[in-house]
Amino acid sequence: MPAEVRLPTVLRAQADGQATVAVEGATIGEVFSALVTQYPGLRGNLLDDQGGLHKFVNVYKNDEDIRYLEGLDTKIDDGDDISILPAVAGG
Amino acid sequence: MASDPGRAPGVKVAPAFMRLTESEWQVVVGSCYDGYPEEACGLFIGTMNDGAPTGFVSEARPCRNEAASSLVYRIDGRDQLAAMRAAEQRGEEIVGCWHSHTHTEAFPSPTDVSQAAWYPDWLYVIVSLKDDAPVLRAYRVIDGDVHEVPVALM
Ligand SMILES: [Zn+2]
Repeated sequence: MPAEVRLPTVLRAQADGQATVAVEGATIGEVFSALVTQYPGLRGNLLDDQGGLHKFVNVYKNDEDIRYLEGLDTKIDDGDDISILPAVAGG
Repeated sequence: MASDPGRAPGVKVAPAFMRLTESEWQVVVGSCYDGYPEEACGLFIGTMNDGAPTGFVSEARPCRNEAASSLVYRIDGRDQLAAMRAAEQRGEEIVGCWHSHTHTEAFPSPTDVSQAAWYPDWLYVIVSLKDDAPVLRAYRVIDGDVHEVPVALM
């Protein structure tokens, strides 16, 4: 089912300048696969080499951090909003 | 990548000043001492103009350091989203962040510089606790170059 994915400013250039993209998928993982298939430029910023979630990317389903849900296996229902926010980190 | 410490010559960087109230300064520096010996961190809410911070800050919002470390920080993802929603409700934006350096200068580390590429329009404040008195300095990091932004205490 289609989910609305909200992209952070820094990644919009890789998605034809769009702030939100509608993507099909039953889980966050499926949505991300579809997203990087559609916009290959996003892959390196969203996923790691093993296909897991990029270390410095936060993903939220309806404002809940998916790492406190079921990660990429988190299920998506119709009308769920997904937001992507790069982590704020450093040393 | 990173330029030498200090301001790159001949480059004008917005804003001219980062304006902090006395109480915002106390929130920021206080959070760094509260977090010690771990690095502390937080987010600034304020206004942007033309893709650059205006220098005005409406709130300094301490956040949890998810990395719970004296060497690195990562703002708790839930605190980050809550800050973003709070900013949106007021028609404002997140305009920057701060973190502490417990034993080094108040200057961006190579990691800080590379991570800044995710939010290239932000102000990056670093508080050094290495000496007896805290040192707070602000920067923009643009295309890997570090530019100091003077802090005006209001
Ligand atoms: Zn640092």
